[in-house]
Amino acid sequence: MSVVDLSRKGHLVSDLPFLLLMIAVPAVGAAVVAALPKGRDELAKQVSLGVSLVVLLLAVLATIAFDTGGDRFQLTSSWTWIADFGVSFALGVDGIALVMLLLVGVLVPVVIGASWNDELPERRSMTAYFAWLLLLESMMVGVFAATDVFLFYVFFEAMLVPMYFIIGSFGGPRRQYAAVKFFLYSLVGGLIMLAAVIGLYVVSNSQLGEGTFAFDALRQLEIDPGVQKLLFLGFFIAFAIKAPLVPFHTWLPDSGSEAPIGGAVLLVGILDKVGTFGFLRYCLPLFPDASRFFAPFVLVLAVVGILYAALLAMGQSDMKRLVSYTSISHFGFIALGIFAFTTEAATGAVLYMVNHGIATGLLFLVVGMLIARGGSRQIRDYGGVAAKAPLLAGTFLVAGLASLALPGTNSFVSEFLVLIGSFPEEPVFTILATAGIILAALYILLMYQRTMHGPARGVLLQEDPAEPAPATGGGATATLAAPRRSLRVLDLSRRELAVVTPLVVLIIALGVYPQPLLELIEPAVSATMSDLGGTD
Amino acid sequence: MSETLPADGLLGWSWLLIALPLAGAAVLLLGGRRTDRWGHLLGTATVAASFVLAVLCTIQLAGQDGRPADVDLFTFISTGELDVRAGLLFDPLSAIFALLITGVGSLIHVYSIGYMAHDPARRRFFAYLNLFVAAMLLLVLGNSFVALYVGWEGVGLASYLLIAFWYTRPAAATAAKKAFIMNRVGDVGLALAIFVMFAQLGTTSYAGVFGAVGTLAGGTITALGLLLLLGACGKSGQFPLQAWLPDAMEGPTPVSALIHAATMVTAGVYLIARSAPIYDLTETARTVVLAIGALTLLIGAIAGCAYDDIKKVLAYSTVSQIGYMFLAVGLGPAGYVAGLAHLLAHGFFKAGLFLGAGSVMHAMNDQVDMRRFGALAKKLPVTFVTFGLGYLALIGFPFLSGYFTKDAIIEAALDRDDVWGWVLGGVAVLGAGLTAFYMTRLMLMTFFGRARWEEGVHPHESPSVMTAPMVVLAIGSVGAGALLVSVFPLSGWLEPVFGEPEEAAHVVAPAIIGLVVTAVMLVGVLAAWLFVGRREVPVTAPVRVSPVTRAARNALYADAVNESLFMRPGQWLTRALVWVDNRGVDGAVNGLAAGLGGSSSRLGRAQTGFVRSYALGILGGAVLVAGALLAVTAG
Repeated sequence: MSVVDLSRKGHLVSDLPFLLLMIAVPAVGAAVVAALPKGRDELAKQVSLGVSLVVLLLAVLATIAFDTGGDRFQLTSSWTWIADFGVSFALGVDGIALVMLLLVGVLVPVVIGASWNDELPERRSMTAYFAWLLLLESMMVGVFAATDVFLFYVFFEAMLVPMYFIIGSFGGPRRQYAAVKFFLYSLVGGLIMLAAVIGLYVVSNSQLGEGTFAFDALRQLEIDPGVQKLLFLGFFIAFAIKAPLVPFHTWLPDSGSEAPIGGAVLLVGILDKVGTFGFLRYCLPLFPDASRFFAPFVLVLAVVGILYAALLAMGQSDMKRLVSYTSISHFGFIALGIFAFTTEAATGAVLYMVNHGIATGLLFLVVGMLIARGGSRQIRDYGGVAAKAPLLAGTFLVAGLASLALPGTNSFVSEFLVLIGSFPEEPVFTILATAGIILAALYILLMYQRTMHGPARGVLLQEDPAEPAPATGGGATATLAAPRRSLRVLDLSRRELAVVTPLVVLIIALGVYPQPLLELIEPAVSATMSDLGGTD
Repeated sequence: MSETLPADGLLGWSWLLIALPLAGAAVLLLGGRRTDRWGHLLGTATVAASFVLAVLCTIQLAGQDGRPADVDLFTFISTGELDVRAGLLFDPLSAIFALLITGVGSLIHVYSIGYMAHDPARRRFFAYLNLFVAAMLLLVLGNSFVALYVGWEGVGLASYLLIAFWYTRPAAATAAKKAFIMNRVGDVGLALAIFVMFAQLGTTSYAGVFGAVGTLAGGTITALGLLLLLGACGKSGQFPLQAWLPDAMEGPTPVSALIHAATMVTAGVYLIARSAPIYDLTETARTVVLAIGALTLLIGAIAGCAYDDIKKVLAYSTVSQIGYMFLAVGLGPAGYVAGLAHLLAHGFFKAGLFLGAGSVMHAMNDQVDMRRFGALAKKLPVTFVTFGLGYLALIGFPFLSGYFTKDAIIEAALDRDDVWGWVLGGVAVLGAGLTAFYMTRLMLMTFFGRARWEEGVHPHESPSVMTAPMVVLAIGSVGAGALLVSVFPLSGWLEPVFGEPEEAAHVVAPAIIGLVVTAVMLVGVLAAWLFVGRREVPVTAPVRVSPVTRAARNALYADAVNESLFMRPGQWLTRALVWVDNRGVDGAVNGLAAGLGGSSSRLGRAQTGFVRSYALGILGGAVLVAGALLAVTAG
């Protein structure tokens, strides 16, 4: 409730159209950066960083203006868009969307800072890369801030475009394949969802006399259970591909490993959360009966995903693929928390989305920093790095421990809440999921031991780093030639430290004192549960 | 449990016990090389300060007749029905642990100043050691099972970091990972127990759980007991999760002394004793605790007889001694105090023994093979005397620590007055004989006989910064047992926790038990002298040995069982799944795409053609949408 008092201070601030600004500022920023003449890379970076910091500031101000005891949707604004079909450009956030916006606000500047000296494929311009990143930020804000289902759909689809170009133009050697796969999967999901969105409109038209896409109106509908099931599936499949849940997951390891590190962080940290966000925002409140009907099925997918993806992560030799698989395993926990239908578990699931973005974001960044030094994504090409680069190793360890949900890190709180909240309703699934924490320890510590511990060896630690290391495995070195000279200093640079420090601080701070975020999230989750006809 | 008081006076500051070493760790880790010169002093000072505070808090607690103090700190996790507050409980049980952890911890910090003097990463060592002390204090001082769990995994992390301290050695790195993973198996049990508590009772605080546990169904209580036991077995190296502890000896020896002998590995005993209100209600779970304790006691003692690595012998001894403690607390109300007394006494003499072993290694260029020792008694007089006193305390030499505390456990077992009591008592007596055997073997091979040193080794006594803590611990080894059992009885101190001790109706008179145990112990000593002492010790271990010896050398094949049951099938499964996911799931989806719209290779070729234009199409659409929107807004 502490947030409330601050909001009363200045009406001027709280009256700003935060959400519109958060969409418009990065979009305009993207246009400006794209229009910069070639060769003005430094300026492009500075503008991008500035723009993303403004968005972060707006997100923080929006949080201050948000009243946790107030209406479900706040900071609302709405403009009629396509009057004939009842489409509005309607924005607003509940606590769930707000924490996702905070995550967007934090991760984008971090990603921009981390991409500062990225080695891009030939003939690719830095300005274009940063323009796409800013456009992506704009779309991501829109997708969380939309309170009109059609608007949500538009952002949901439009978000694909910048990500497609980020992967396809700026990624690793197999970037084209990965980008196409990402695009086709998402497109298929999106089209199925479009059908369901239209179906929803038809239902609202027949029940209310005039069609609408407004979320608040739609959740009042009493939809026939049979229709609910169909519409649920339309949304669910799109979200399950996005999240992704096993068996819709095979695009993610390709995209996650081929995307440039910044893109991978945003893909896994935020874009994928749109899927689980969609479960909570749209599937549960709009189709409560169908949600209950399909819940056992979803829970099976969630728990299978937790264990299956964890085992797969253990079997990966490519670090970026490994981290991608760990994410699939984590998304299983989020889905479990959402479909257990308790306030505790769902609150935990939302917190999990935020925490996973921070923890796995950091893990991806550190892995990326290692790869930038060694020119290889293969675990076997590294060894004993800790002795030469203690800061990098320490950051790697913090990220890894957060990923395995060690108490004291942010992820523990969310994983604990998901499990303890699911247990009363779904004991069997929860017990199986809890066994996943052993596998999490295995995949993280195996990777950590192989790369960081042991005697110094591998591509990074040869006597003369000027000699390019022989290309090994997977062709991952094809576009990354010899490690750049500036990285001969193995440990983290000041810039890299500045990039990882905020995430490390958040991991610990939210691990010790998560309550402020929980207080933001819980009212929205309770509202969702009551939409569901919660039996809690 | 007796009524809780709100904490006032010094007890209100008891969170500083944890905060001080934690702050030390933070300064050392974040301060970087700047703190190299004085980091070890800061680390030691913070733990010593915690010890002083623990003493003062305990004095205040004694002044209020042991009525526990509850220190409420802040809301940790509160949502829905779940309300977890961060808070501490300072009661007689947590007080003795706080004293043990900070007291022995301080001594071992001092010792480490000397032991790690030449290690370039000494600052990092003290940072981790401080982190451990903070996490361990949280474990024993937390007022809820969640706080305990946070500390529980926290000490697991510290243990991981310290076992892997010399991480360039693959053996150390592997041992650290193994310890963490096997602990996590146990942690799953502890976590599930917490989930059951919340599901059934809606709370995870000690007060809430213990107050309402009686309302639960018998099966639920037994499940709780068994799940907690799984956690306890992982942390305390009890069967079937014992295999990590001997490997943990890869860590620096002070770590073995503090974490893998005196404190962390006894956390399982603490957990069971703390959860006494649960175990009091479930005979079944108690029986399993007893069985595991008795079994592990023997496994550890048998393996201890066969190893030549001085630290591994001590490690298996620890496994075995914790088996005694499990056996004791498994006896229920009759055994809690006996088990905890043995835990405290063991904390003194085993820490002392490890520090002595470290001193020997220090003198012998880090050699751990006892076949390369011999004749060290004269060269290392202080080490010999302090180690010798610890040895006598451990084997239960009359009127030294182990004599009192081990006999108390055997008495409590026999007092059950049933077949089980005789079996358990018999196992415990047999274990005493084995303990005497392996420890005498260790003494003879290390300090007596002919010098079998490798070339270039010139043994020298350790500096006084190392020997002083050894002397203090040796004094504790001698006196702790008598102090805890007769002079300042632990049973009286713990009365607010476990209730008034029943007047035991002794089945066998304690004096007779004492005589029998002493006789068995002497047989063990004699056997060791016959097999080891009066013969020449070969510098390489004999290869042609009996199957029993071979089994003991392999610690009864625990690693082999784990590997063939879990590790290999796991690796095999992982490989199979990777194949399935790449060929099967992905292939099926690609194939489906192929079936719908052409060959799957076209998926790859589509990159240049329509997908890209489609993407641009969508982008164009989005731009149009944005334009329309602007028009609408402007208009």
